[in-house]
Amino acid sequence: MARLKPIAADKQQNPFPRNWGLSAMWVVVAIYLVYSVDAMGLNLDRFLSGLGHADKLLGRMFPPDFSRWELLLDGLIESLEIAVISSVVGIFFSLFIGLFAARNFMPNWISSPVRAFIALCRSFHPVIIAILFVKSVGFGALAGILTLIVATIGFIAKLFAEAIEEISFKQVEAIQATGASFVSVILFSVMPQVFSRFIGFATYQFDSNLRNSTMVGIVGAGGLGGTLFSAFQRFDYDFVAAILITIIALILFWEFLSTVVRRIF
Amino acid sequence: MSVAKNFLEIKGLKKEYVAGNPILKGVDFTIDAPGIIAIIGPSGTGKSTLLRCINRLIDPSQGQIIFDNADVCQANGKQLRQLRRHVGMVFQEYNLVERLTVIENVLTGRLGYMSSWQAWRRNYSQQDINTAFELLEAVGLEAHANKRADSLSGGQRQRVGIARAVMQDPHIILADEPTSSLDPKTAVEIMELLERFATEKKIPALVNMHDVKLAQRFAQRIIGMSNGYVVYDGAPEGITDEHLKQIYGGESWLD
Repeated sequence: MARLKPIAADKQQNPFPRNWGLSAMWVVVAIYLVYSVDAMGLNLDRFLSGLGHADKLLGRMFPPDFSRWELLLDGLIESLEIAVISSVVGIFFSLFIGLFAARNFMPNWISSPVRAFIALCRSFHPVIIAILFVKSVGFGALAGILTLIVATIGFIAKLFAEAIEEISFKQVEAIQATGASFVSVILFSVMPQVFSRFIGFATYQFDSNLRNSTMVGIVGAGGLGGTLFSAFQRFDYDFVAAILITIIALILFWEFLSTVVRRIF
Repeated sequence: MSVAKNFLEIKGLKKEYVAGNPILKGVDFTIDAPGIIAIIGPSGTGKSTLLRCINRLIDPSQGQIIFDNADVCQANGKQLRQLRRHVGMVFQEYNLVERLTVIENVLTGRLGYMSSWQAWRRNYSQQDINTAFELLEAVGLEAHANKRADSLSGGQRQRVGIARAVMQDPHIILADEPTSSLDPKTAVEIMELLERFATEKKIPALVNMHDVKLAQRFAQRIIGMSNGYVVYDGAPEGITDEHLKQIYGGESWLD
C-alpha cells in the first residue's frame, strides 16, 4: 500500500473555517430589525400609553357578566357543532387525499396534482377562506364548516401523506406477496404502521378546529365568534370577558379529553 | 395435482434494472419435484431478483415463468393476485407487520382469498382461524399468539413468517435468505421447519442462501448462480471445489 504523502504541519486547514457570508447575513438581519422598529414608530412612550388603555379595558372586563348565558350557550353549541362536523368530514377526506398524495404509493401524475390541491388548501389563513365562503354561500354555520374542512384537509392530508411516505415498505411487500388486493394491502400493512400517528394528528387538528370555530364567527361564518364580535362592538367588555373565559374552559376540557383519547389508542 | 406437471418452469428469464446492465442474463430451470431446492451464489448475483420475479414483486424484463399453467410474466391485476396467493414468500428480514399480533400476521396469509370488504371487517372463516392456530402450534409459538410481532426474537419472527407463507396454502414456497439474519442453531431450526412443510405439503421450497454447508445439508438439489447465469444445477453431492470457485470466484476462502 502506498504511503500517504506527508503535509507540512503549518499547512493544515482549520476544519471550522470562518463563514464570512453567514456573518454578513446576521449583520443584515440585525440592521433590518433596528430599521423596522424605527419605521413603525415603536418607542417606550407609545408602549406605556398603550398599557394605560389596556388597564382601562381590563377594569371594564371584570367582573365578567354571565347574565346573557343563553346567548353564550347558543354560540358555544354552534361552535362545537362546526368543529365536530368539519373535523369528522375533513379528516375522512384527508385519509383518501393523503393516500393519493403519498409518492411511494401513487404515480407522479396522481400525487403531484393532489399535492398541489393540498398546498392550495393551506395557502390561505382560515379568516380569508371564511370571508370567501361567507360571500359565496352566505352568512352562518355552513360557511364556517366549509372553511374548517378546507383548513383540515390542508393540514391533515399533508401530514397523513408524509406519515405514509415514511413507512417500512418491507411489510407492504409481504402483504402484496400474499395476493391481497390493493385495499387489503392498505388495510393490513399501511394502516397498522400509521394509525397511531393518524390519531395524534386528528386530535391535534380537532383542537385547532375548536379554536378556529370560535374565530370564524367574527367574519360572519357562525359560532361564538359572532357573539364575541358584537359584544366588542357594543363595548360590552364584561360580556366579552365571559365569552373568553368560556372559550378557555372549552379548550381546557378538550385538552383533558384528548389525553384520554390518546391513552385509549 | 397430476404427477407429470411441473411446479415451476423458468425460460430465458432476464431482468435489467438499468437498461443495458442486466442482472439476470437468461435463467432457465424447471422445478419438477417437491423438497428443498437451494439457490447459492455470491451477493449481487441476482438470487433475490430471481425469487422476486417469480411472484412479480419485481417485473422481469424478458422470459417466461410458467406456474399453475399460466405465465406469471403476462399476468396482471386479478390473475396476478390469484397466482401470488399460491406462492408463499419468506423474507430475510421476516417482514412481519410489526404492530399486528402474531396470530393476525399468520392470518394475513389468507388475504388473497378474501375480498377487501371481508378484510376490512376482519371476517376470517372459522376454518382459517383454526388453521392459523394449528400452524402456530406447529412452529411452536402457540403461547405467543396474542403478542405483538415486534416483541418476538429473530428466530421466532421467522417462524411466524413461515407460518404466514404456509397459511396461503401455497403450491411453492420462496425463501429469500431466510436464515442470514439468524445464529447458526436457529438457522438450522428454520431450515428444518421449511423442510418439514415442504415434505408435508409435497411442494417445492426455493431457498436462497449463501451458506454452502447448510445448503448441502438440507437441499435435494442445488442451483448455483454466478454473474446472472445458472452455472450449476444438480445434486448437492455433485458440487466440487471447481464449481464453488466458478460460482464465488477466487479460492482463498475454500477449505
